[in-house]
Amino acid sequence: MLQFIGRRLLLALPTLLGVATLTFFMLHVLPGDLVETMLRAEGGNPSVELVAAERARLGLDQPLIVQYFEFLKGLAVLDLGQSHWTGKPVAEEIFSRLPVTLEVAALSMIVAIALAIPLGTIAGMYPGSTVDYAIRSFAIAGIALPSFWFGMVVALAMLWYFNWLPPLGTASLFKNPLTALQQLILPAIAVGYRYSAILIRMMRSSVIETMHEDFVRTARAKGLAMRTIIRRHVIPNSLLPTITMIGLEFALLVGSLVVIEQVFSLNGIGRLFIESVSRSDFIVIQGIVMVLTLIFIAVNFLVDLAYAVIDPRIQLG
Amino acid sequence: MRKSSAATELWTTLPKPRGPVMKHILGQPLGALGLVLIVLGFVVAFAAPWIAPYDPLATDYGNAIAPPSFAHWMGTDSFGRDLLSRILFGGRTAFLIGVSASFIGCTIGLFVGITSAYAGGWVDAIVERFMEILLAIPITVLALVLVSSLGRNMVYGVDLNLVFAIALPIIPKMARVARSQALTIRNLSYIDAAVTLGFSDLRIIVRHMAPNIFGPYIVMLTAFISQAILIEASLSYLGLGVAEPTPSWGLMLAGNAFNTSMTAPWIVIYPGLAIALVVFAFSMFGDALRDVFDPKARADR
Repeated sequence: MLQFIGRRLLLALPTLLGVATLTFFMLHVLPGDLVETMLRAEGGNPSVELVAAERARLGLDQPLIVQYFEFLKGLAVLDLGQSHWTGKPVAEEIFSRLPVTLEVAALSMIVAIALAIPLGTIAGMYPGSTVDYAIRSFAIAGIALPSFWFGMVVALAMLWYFNWLPPLGTASLFKNPLTALQQLILPAIAVGYRYSAILIRMMRSSVIETMHEDFVRTARAKGLAMRTIIRRHVIPNSLLPTITMIGLEFALLVGSLVVIEQVFSLNGIGRLFIESVSRSDFIVIQGIVMVLTLIFIAVNFLVDLAYAVIDPRIQLG
Repeated sequence: MRKSSAATELWTTLPKPRGPVMKHILGQPLGALGLVLIVLGFVVAFAAPWIAPYDPLATDYGNAIAPPSFAHWMGTDSFGRDLLSRILFGGRTAFLIGVSASFIGCTIGLFVGITSAYAGGWVDAIVERFMEILLAIPITVLALVLVSSLGRNMVYGVDLNLVFAIALPIIPKMARVARSQALTIRNLSYIDAAVTLGFSDLRIIVRHMAPNIFGPYIVMLTAFISQAILIEASLSYLGLGVAEPTPSWGLMLAGNAFNTSMTAPWIVIYPGLAIALVVFAFSMFGDALRDVFDPKARADR
């Protein structure tokens, strides 16, 4: 087990280095000049000397390759550099906003799994039935509706029918759980619904497949109750492909999160990302891409670990 | 239910439609509906200048935030622009960017995948690593990074850099599928025959390998059109995609549209429905295509 964890971590390093390199060079084809944009934002027309001095101060006058190695050197000691815009350390900017994003991500995942496992199982038990068609339509709608728009519509519906709006500001889930939950539940439903749609389809087709396995027939033949067969035999055996999907489609969840934060004015990573893009603060963009990629890799790693827990036939090593 | 492994292998080796493709798609109600909606969407988007009741850019402040009526079927936005006309023209943007981004991404991905499998050895290893790196970055995040670094590059009113930013994350996904298919094809005797006959590598890849991956290619192409349209809408919504005043569905939801919609819901409802309808159409058509080309993956066996 420890060996498996160690090897996976080692394998993640080249990928992370690759992502770092790719992101760095993609961002440095940047045509917009950050320093000029920044000085203009402070007012007036900056002189050529002032721009040059600022560039030197931020280390932007160095050759690209030097800047690249500086970036890598920083990464090695987990130093993501300082934001060019605010001057604060990038790590601090990111980690102060990470909790909100992770909370929405976790809640969306809960919403998605809570919908997908029961609905996918029911649809897979009775393929071709009316229930199956209803569940499949529900899933198809989830795939077609853009999650940020769905979030808006749900919020509008809440306002229209219950005259309720999520409280403004950002509350901490630990200090102020009720307020925080009210703020996070709508974005979590919007993103989770889309995510669940993919999982429902996966769960449904693997339940259909499992239902035809020999061990299900044996269980039926020896007179086990249908409920027991489903709970003890069908669901555990159908979970594996669904869990793989959770890992693979996590990227999709991240993408939806970036957008949904904008709809509900949540001050998370997505918000920081968009702000940094519009300020061309590429040090921060770089940091965010690294953190998001790391989370993506970590989730897929956890998915692999979950295999071993769910299916004893799979041995890690 | 399960096919024998030999039969399964034959299917993955040479995906061939069972009989005429169109007949099978039209036999599936959802796939047929998808196709009808796609054709309808294309016609409407193409004909937008002739059928739109108003100029999509014309503002009329005296008539701002008007509810749907006979004069304005879908109402007007906060600048008094006719929503129906903007949605019709927005369809042009969505189709143009969605189709071209998916086409560019899938076509490059197809040839990257085949070449990598055909060349094998260190070329394959390097390409594979590079594709893995691209896959490690979430698709929207990658598109955002590219949009921020490339800026705008307008050619005939289309932002080429935006198209490229949406196309790039598609490349590794298509390449992976094409590579796995090409690996099996590569070992078939007709490729050996072609090599023995002294055909050039380019000819073998383009004339003899690519056509046999046409099935998965067309399935991915359709699937990614809906993805690309969604990403275009998301990026435009974030203010980083299509620029004002070009009508775009995502852009119609941006800015203070959400706040305005609390009293005027039509401002948000219609553009979103347009996106959902088109994405639905391409997803359903794509699913039907997949069932035709790869019966193993059928949703309802």
